[in-house]
Amino acid sequence: MATASPAIRVNGLRKSYQKRSVLRGVDFEVARGSIFALLGSNGAGKTTVVRILSTLLRPDAGTASVHGFDVGSEPLRVRESISLTGQFAAVDEILTGRENLIMVGRLRRLGDPRGTADDLLDRFGLADAGGRRVGSYSGGMRRRLDIAMSLIGDPPVIFLDEPTTGLDPEGRIEVWHEIRKLARGGTTVLLTTQYLEEAEKLADRIAILHEGTIIVSGTLAELRKLLPPARVEHVEQQPTLEEVFLSVVGKQA
Amino acid sequence: MTRHVLGDTAVMLDRSIKHVTRSLDTIITVTIMPIAFLLLFRFVFGGAIQADTDNYTNYLMPGILLIAIASGISYTGFRLFMDMKSGIFERFHSMPIARSSVLWGHVLTSLVSNAISVAVIIGVGVVIGFRSSAGLLAWLAVAGVLTLFTLALTWLAVIPGLTASTPDGASAFSYPLVFLPFVSSAFVPTATMPGPLRAFAENQPVTAIVDAIRALFGQQPVGNDIWLALAWCSAILVVAYAFAMAAYRRRIA
Repeated sequence: MATASPAIRVNGLRKSYQKRSVLRGVDFEVARGSIFALLGSNGAGKTTVVRILSTLLRPDAGTASVHGFDVGSEPLRVRESISLTGQFAAVDEILTGRENLIMVGRLRRLGDPRGTADDLLDRFGLADAGGRRVGSYSGGMRRRLDIAMSLIGDPPVIFLDEPTTGLDPEGRIEVWHEIRKLARGGTTVLLTTQYLEEAEKLADRIAILHEGTIIVSGTLAELRKLLPPARVEHVEQQPTLEEVFLSVVGKQA
Repeated sequence: MTRHVLGDTAVMLDRSIKHVTRSLDTIITVTIMPIAFLLLFRFVFGGAIQADTDNYTNYLMPGILLIAIASGISYTGFRLFMDMKSGIFERFHSMPIARSSVLWGHVLTSLVSNAISVAVIIGVGVVIGFRSSAGLLAWLAVAGVLTLFTLALTWLAVIPGLTASTPDGASAFSYPLVFLPFVSSAFVPTATMPGPLRAFAENQPVTAIVDAIRALFGQQPVGNDIWLALAWCSAILVVAYAFAMAAYRRRIA
């Protein structure tokens, strides 16, 4: 596995459910250690791509490899290399936060699942809540726990399927902060989102998935070049409601 | 890999058992109804039933235990359904674990929680006059038959757990199973029933299982009943397991 090879490589991916064709030939590559955003509206097929890459679904045609392993022929090696954080935070509500982390640590065969759990609870600001059942957590805490669970075992590639859907602005900023830290640590992040701003703020490269194919992809600067150059205009800049909200509750975007 | 199967199944069992012990209402619900039937038949209907026995509580016991198991397994369907819905099922399947451990964790939990309910009900039975002269070997045989019966019905419960679209659908399938002992030799001798009903009652699995357990408890010769009971349980187990695995493969790549 050469370090220069991409962390994720997708070629000609197709998938239909009954007669409905969801993916009609998807191609993209994600460089190691980068944040790649798959942008698209609801039903564009983002989740289907993530499910195929995380070995939960077989494509009808096309190939995909993650961390150098083919998802079809080496699914176990792929699973060793990834973590999936789903759209609906997949945490166990009846267990405590700490028990959730220990469970994943044991399944990933860590030497010291308890120690790892305590470290992650600290790191994600959940130390006080660690002994409480997840059922009592807020949406933001749940999502942070979900991401913390994904980090156990230090997988080189992480899939975040709509990680901020349903979160309040503060929760979203906390999650963004964690995603940036991940990429700085060398983890490859594939992020799906329907929020344009999220892709703009986080991603090194952005691909727009529309009606089953990638219609454009590139860096933000490259995508901007697709439109006529910016004109200089004088516009009175009103603060957005989000800026107002964040400033009165005392957080910085 | 074998070591992983056992280790991963142990983690899953631990998780699922916590779900049971932290919602004690499920154990109470599961034991209350059979205990109510036990009291109802012993003290209300019992006096009018000619069962040709000097201890009607002894006569009742096997059928009551089967009712308890038939209602207990519906929680396996329910818990599995909730795992599918919450996304934790997919999280487990995207991890480098023995995938079979996900279902086996639920199945083993069903064996443990049903064993607890059965023990509680036998305890109540003893209080109201249940007596058995059975030796250790006969008790072990009873435990074996009940375990096989639980295992068979639990795999049956896995099918709606994986395929249902509502939580009610995932657990409602057990209602007819709970009803089956009423049309068997569990409460009255089948000889008192009219023709077609009697034919059904004498040839359905509950009658064979009840007769076998009753004979074991009473130190009577078990005859063919035990083999018939084991054959029924094994057949249900094999068919249910096959359908459950087919449903499982449709849900996961």
